[in-house]
Amino acid sequence: MSTQTRETRPTAQGDKGRRIVVLVATRKGAWLFHGDTSRRDWRVEGPHFLGHVVSHLVLDPRDGRTLLAAAKTGHLGPTVFRSTDRGRSWKEASQPPAFAKAKADEKGRAVDHTFWLAPCHANEPQAWYAGTSPQGLFRSDDGGITWRPYSCINDDPQYREWMGTVQDGTPDGPKLHSIIVDPRDPKHLYFAMSGGGVHESLDGGKTFAPLLKGLDVVEGFGFDPAQPTYHDPHCVRMCPSNPDRLYQQNHCGIYRIDRPSDEWVRIGKAMPKRVGDIGFPLAVHPRDADTAWVLPMDGTQVWPRTSPGGKPAVYVTRNAGKTWQRLDAGMPEAQAWWTVKRQAMAVDSCDSVGVYFGTTSGELWMSSDEGAQWTCMARHLPEIYAVEAATLS
Amino acid sequence: MKVRIPSALRSYTERAETEASGATLAEVLIDLDRQYNGIRFRMVDEQDRIRAHIRMFVNGVQVRELDRPLQTSDELVIVQALSGG
Repeated sequence: MSTQTRETRPTAQGDKGRRIVVLVATRKGAWLFHGDTSRRDWRVEGPHFLGHVVSHLVLDPRDGRTLLAAAKTGHLGPTVFRSTDRGRSWKEASQPPAFAKAKADEKGRAVDHTFWLAPCHANEPQAWYAGTSPQGLFRSDDGGITWRPYSCINDDPQYREWMGTVQDGTPDGPKLHSIIVDPRDPKHLYFAMSGGGVHESLDGGKTFAPLLKGLDVVEGFGFDPAQPTYHDPHCVRMCPSNPDRLYQQNHCGIYRIDRPSDEWVRIGKAMPKRVGDIGFPLAVHPRDADTAWVLPMDGTQVWPRTSPGGKPAVYVTRNAGKTWQRLDAGMPEAQAWWTVKRQAMAVDSCDSVGVYFGTTSGELWMSSDEGAQWTCMARHLPEIYAVEAATLS
Repeated sequence: MKVRIPSALRSYTERAETEASGATLAEVLIDLDRQYNGIRFRMVDEQDRIRAHIRMFVNGVQVRELDRPLQTSDELVIVQALSGG
């Protein structure tokens, strides 16, 4: 791996004077929750884009002001909205992500929705990546105003085969997500596809290669685990304090990889058997690469994708997956059949890390003590698609 | 020609009716986009297919082909349709 070795370990900066904004994207619009680092009281701002399906809302950490929102409506095609004043005003991208026009004898793909937004490297302050449904990778070099297909994968025959058809994707359509930029090297990229596996580039996206070793595939059907098309990574996160470590919540369990190893290790086997290690979201500690949070869901039989037994809980590991601890204080004790989507769990960077997640039933939950105690920040929102937490100086 | 705009697209036009010109439906939509940047992509995808929940009517008759010839005297009605709850 050609990554540089510059130290990037974030350190706690002290919470005094800092503010938190929690960005909530829903099926019917977006909301911003503003608070201080005590995280006791929140001022809600919204809705933005009422009626729009907002798949992701992201604040640019490089300037602390620019927001991008990936949106569409039930009737209208997809677009990206951009604000440079933290949401006081918005302007639509003049050229949203769109695939290249197909040749006359080919059936071209069309972006159904932009699903994932990722700021590029700190040294590329105007650059963003976007992942779409169906699977496509796009880049903007002007802060999100214009977007272009990026790298070879959108039209590469091998990648198109691995992506499969719309029928091979999730119910909301196959997705490219978890776009990760190594903070030490802007040319070192990862992305994941549901379906289609995890992929890595060392040359700024000119080429990608699958990163699948150690990942399970669904048993009993004779699927070849070497084929990306059989892999369904739900969420991949890089540890800010150790970019050589990534965690993955996958269709088949929870995994960790420590580069330069190319083999994922299934750390979810240490989860309680009655809970299992199936789920969608995953969050990592901003300063401790041994700590990660997951929110298990029922992946048995018909895959209800709800809290196992109707008893929701977050699980945390503080030793890189050797053991897991249940965190449910403050949550309903029974009859709570939550579903939390893959991009709907986030952490802030306060000294005592705040953990946030949103449910498809429109509840926004948070803990200001790394999961020890949970409180409900908001109820009655539309179906929550994505949650991000930003710490502002 | 007169073009009637559905509520979902009035954030672009800021009116329910507007004027656009062109010899075909495709040209009229390009002219609309020239006037209201971004409006066409919300109705027509990058492969030049009218999106699933957009309907176009010319003089009351549904039109599905972008190369449909149009006259200056025609009326184009754009409708948002059937997208669920």
